[in-house]
Amino acid sequence: MTNIAVTLTVNGVVRRAEVPGRRLLSDCLRHDLGLTGTHVGCEHGVCGCCTVLLDGEPVRSCLTLAATADGHEITTVEGLAGPDGEPSPVQRAFAECHGLQCGFCTPGFLCTVTALLRDNPAPSEEEVLEGLSGNLCRCTGYQNIVRSVRRAAELIAGEDDGGPAGWPSGPVRTSGDAEDTGHAGPAGDAEGAGRAGIAGGATGERAGAEGA
Amino acid sequence: MKPPPFEYHAPRSVAEAMEVLAAAGPEGKVLAGGQSLIPLLNMRLAAPGHLVDVNRLTGLDTVEVEPGGVRVGALARHARVERSAGAAAAQPLLRQALRLVAHPVIRNRGTVVGSLVHADPAAELPAVLALLGGSVRLARPGAVRDVPAAGFFTGPLESAAEPGELALSAFFPALGPRCGTAFHEVARRHGDYALAGVAALVRLDDGLRVTTARAVCVSAGPVPVVVDVTGHACADGWAAAARDVAKRVEPEDDIHASAAYRRHLTGVLAERALREAAASAAGDVGTRR
Repeated sequence: MTNIAVTLTVNGVVRRAEVPGRRLLSDCLRHDLGLTGTHVGCEHGVCGCCTVLLDGEPVRSCLTLAATADGHEITTVEGLAGPDGEPSPVQRAFAECHGLQCGFCTPGFLCTVTALLRDNPAPSEEEVLEGLSGNLCRCTGYQNIVRSVRRAAELIAGEDDGGPAGWPSGPVRTSGDAEDTGHAGPAGDAEGAGRAGIAGGATGERAGAEGA
Repeated sequence: MKPPPFEYHAPRSVAEAMEVLAAAGPEGKVLAGGQSLIPLLNMRLAAPGHLVDVNRLTGLDTVEVEPGGVRVGALARHARVERSAGAAAAQPLLRQALRLVAHPVIRNRGTVVGSLVHADPAAELPAVLALLGGSVRLARPGAVRDVPAAGFFTGPLESAAEPGELALSAFFPALGPRCGTAFHEVARRHGDYALAGVAALVRLDDGLRVTTARAVCVSAGPVPVVVDVTGHACADGWAAAARDVAKRVEPEDDIHASAAYRRHLTGVLAERALREAAASAAGDVGTRR
């Protein structure tokens, strides 16, 4: 089994690793690149702890091979803060609202919520619950996590004038997606210059569930 | 919880992918979204010798609305198909079903065609293909064939795709005039596989009489179970039709629910889905008048 050279742009930095084909992206981030902020819970796609952004879209890093991600951009929890280390609005909201207890599930929630609010800055209660439904917290429950999402939306709205710093950009849409609807959030650059760079983005034990 | 070792292939063209798969034979497995395959690998329930990653075949990332229906390429993710206004207009059941597939984060990676080839009897998309009478296009070097849904799902996690074949696309027929669809399911937790689920397709004539009524049930047997209840619906109404659907499924007991409970749920969900599909079809008749 020959190793594969992969090049990932992780949190804006080009990183290279030589990995076996079977290396999961989660393990590549943690073991090969030393980015242990991404947590690994169930390793079959149920818990959501390992969620990272792949080209701006939240994905399970335990259900993605590092080799598949070769040439793509990854944002981990380490990349959510601003360039000066200032926590992002989502991170501040989780701290303010006690949206975490032990913190194990938190990196996954932060990545998921970052993308959720980028795509849909004013989600309804139902949209928040749907957005969080793939992430499990075993400490306490979800009341404060839902409250954190609400607070993060307020913080982001409050920063609209200046434009939030340090947000990962959304995926580039192909022209074929122009007709697309069905997500509450603005696809494309509808938000204007103040949010440049954050527009776009799509949004039993179901083992990660279907879709090989 | 790590995949067993395998030889990894990342072909750059469909032709190269087919060659690699043909050479790998029964030891070859196609990786698209990986949202079912990688859990199977992580849990060591599958151990292919060669994994053929088709994620670089961007030419297969297509959602094409054709006159007769929607053709979905092998690399089109659930989320993309769910967002497609054209696909939803041509066949509303696609979006109705995709919203029930796992969680949004899973739908960002999982592919529609991958879900079909995975052929999980608890999954929504095989049921949709079976209800609509769609097909899957399979290719090997020098040969392409379209397999109708009726012959595609051969058992639990078993499809007609043979070793060495690559699924290129799937075709979902468009919703005809005076037709309506609906999909209802019950799961223990949002996004889980459903304990029971029923999708329905109802067609009316201009006098609002039922000309076709079909239901398909998930988690109700080794493959999606399609039940034609046109006769029952015309003669006895939706409640009787739904009772007939519940009689025709063969669910099994497991730790999540007893077979009897699944059968009961199937009946309840069938009535809801059939009534909603009929109402939707009636709305279509209304707007055409």
